[in-house]
Amino acid sequence: MGTFMMIVISAVFVSNFVVVQFLGICPFLGVSKTTSGALGMGVAVTLVMTVTCLITYPIYVYILTPLELEYMEIIVFIFVIAALVQMIEKVIKKFSPPLYNAMGIYLPLITTNCAVLGVAETVIDTSLMMDQLGITSVNLGTAVLYGFFAGVGFTVAIVLLSGLREKVDFLDTPKSLKGFPVTMVTACFMAMGFYVFNLIG
Amino acid sequence: MNTQKFRKIASDGLLTNNPTFRLVLGTCPTLALTTSAFNGVGMGLAVTFILICSNVLISLLRKVIPNSVRIPAFVLIIATFVTIVRMVMEKFIPDLYSSLGVFLPLIVVNCIILGRAESFASKNDVLSSALDGLFTGLGFTVALTLMGTVREILGSGSFFGLALWDFKIAFFTSQAGAFFVYGIFIALFNAVYSYFERKQHRKTFLAEFDVLPASEKVKEG
Repeated sequence: MGTFMMIVISAVFVSNFVVVQFLGICPFLGVSKTTSGALGMGVAVTLVMTVTCLITYPIYVYILTPLELEYMEIIVFIFVIAALVQMIEKVIKKFSPPLYNAMGIYLPLITTNCAVLGVAETVIDTSLMMDQLGITSVNLGTAVLYGFFAGVGFTVAIVLLSGLREKVDFLDTPKSLKGFPVTMVTACFMAMGFYVFNLIG
Repeated sequence: MNTQKFRKIASDGLLTNNPTFRLVLGTCPTLALTTSAFNGVGMGLAVTFILICSNVLISLLRKVIPNSVRIPAFVLIIATFVTIVRMVMEKFIPDLYSSLGVFLPLIVVNCIILGRAESFASKNDVLSSALDGLFTGLGFTVALTLMGTVREILGSGSFFGLALWDFKIAFFTSQAGAFFVYGIFIALFNAVYSYFERKQHRKTFLAEFDVLPASEKVKEG
């Protein structure tokens, strides 16, 4: 239970993937114009990140490491993620057309989302995981849980930013600050908020 | 390759389509690795090298790769070069390797590289593609170095690791500072760019109606 809470707090707040670790900034800035769009993207990313951890972690530990092919990890991971995203898209289209209509357009974008490759690289880096979570060993369970809650952290951040942006867009900002710059400054204040979670523990 | 084309490629990569400040691509490493100027230069040069190599190879293979599988093929080429750079860096520059951390493998999903492959290298000859890779990469490197310099001087009171003074504002090395500095830089770049664009428009407009003041008239021939 302690480990579980540690993963939740760490992945969602203390080392939030977006505003603390800077992974997945492109969709964070690109798809946060409306709250509904942000929520759809967040759910899709969470799903892909969880399944990615479930598949890439065993591949690395049980196939690449025994064969001493660790240097192939980048090529293997990017292809697993690309295939996975295609597969998830097909499955959702077949079994739940309404869900597909809601988040289908976000799925192709996810292949080149650095949060997904980032989570696959993070869970195989044992020392990094131990630093973040304060646990002694990493196994498939912790890896998948970390992937899921890192996705939840992404969703929290992108939904919060979209809420702020819906207000900020109506403000009378100077012309050169419109668009990306003012969004960056908004995200700056969010990052200050998340920084406070560092004081936990 | 004539001078005009060369100048267009160079100004596109460095100014008009500067990947960091104009197109806002490759934002993750820009925000995460500009805590010091040295990290910014290291990341910028790594991306530049991979960009030139992948542009050249993709341009060479542009008639061989079938259109329907071009994206996986591009990703495979980029991932191969990233793996090579990672191995070389781990062996020869271990300091930089550890400070780039997870962002080194993430160059694979850097949208600048895939973007240039798709929009330039797959349509142009080898020499232009190599130059395009060089100048886009340099635009990225310059942007990262500028941001890294500002954040390092204000946040840790040093320049390329050289201590300047004891005055430090921790905000600039924190995550919030990264967003803030990036936002201000884009705004400044936009302001300067639109100033020159307006000036250029005014000139062409006045020239068209032949009311340009004699001092500003362009010499013909």
